[in-house]
Amino acid sequence: MSEDTPIDAMDRRLIQATQAGLQLVQRPYHQLASELGIPAEEVMHRLRRMLETGIIRRIGVVPNHYTLGYRANGMSVWDVPDEDISAIGRRVGALDFVSHAYHRPRHLPMWPYNLFAMVHGRTRAEVEDKVAAIADLIGSADRGHSILYSTRILKKTGLRIVG
Amino acid sequence: MDDLDRRIINTLQGGFPVSERPFLDVARTLDIGERDLIDRIENLLETGVLSRFGPMYHAERLGGGLTLAALSAPAARFEEVAALVNAHAEVAHNYKRDHDLNMWFVLATERPSDIERVLAEISSETSLVVHDMRKLEEFFVGLRFEA
Repeated sequence: MSEDTPIDAMDRRLIQATQAGLQLVQRPYHQLASELGIPAEEVMHRLRRMLETGIIRRIGVVPNHYTLGYRANGMSVWDVPDEDISAIGRRVGALDFVSHAYHRPRHLPMWPYNLFAMVHGRTRAEVEDKVAAIADLIGSADRGHSILYSTRILKKTGLRIVG
Repeated sequence: MDDLDRRIINTLQGGFPVSERPFLDVARTLDIGERDLIDRIENLLETGVLSRFGPMYHAERLGGGLTLAALSAPAARFEEVAALVNAHAEVAHNYKRDHDLNMWFVLATERPSDIERVLAEISSETSLVVHDMRKLEEFFVGLRFEA
């Protein structure tokens, strides 16, 4: 970790203790507190603070989207004017079927796209309908787009943030 | 998976409380018992419907490095290149995609400065150009799936 990291040693221990998941017990935060040797109130306070500062995106479940039947996983990529990308990105990101949206660099000439929006569907036809809805939303600022489907998972390990 | 499992998944994607008895708080909103909720989550994790339950950390805000990178692996060398890329512990996910840029992987490192080093190593080991698609701006990370 870098020196300017916004977490202290106890936050780091809390992250290590929870990065594999929360325990399925009635009082999971009390359980963590006894493991870490600090009061439960402090565990909850630290977690709330990390939620507020965005260090924790959220606490909850992550479904396996393949198991839920979302087998078509399309990375839609768009070439939009750089000056409009923030406004367009926010509108695309707000669509309920877009799970992530990012501004990423172009790599010309082979890669003209600067906006990425992940779209998941049960079928490719469903993904294509959703991508058509994004195209409608972007309108004439859409200078070209493509959908890259994942055809094979080559590796999938969880992100281990603190070793 | 039944209707209650679906309700549990949809509810818990939105957020799990930080409280004395968080399962009890959620169970009340679903009108079920605390034990039932815990057992259901346990079962959904065991059967692989859920891949995770707990806090989702934001790697960059913790001071780490994160990027998406892509390369074009020639068909004849695809498996070899995948093995070279995957051999790096920093590669968290790697997907084959149907494009000239046919290999897309996520790199997570403890320090932001490690990103460039690992990408350079992959480029040198594979003799391929590795494109760093690092994010310039994030608009939304919802990760919600209607169950």
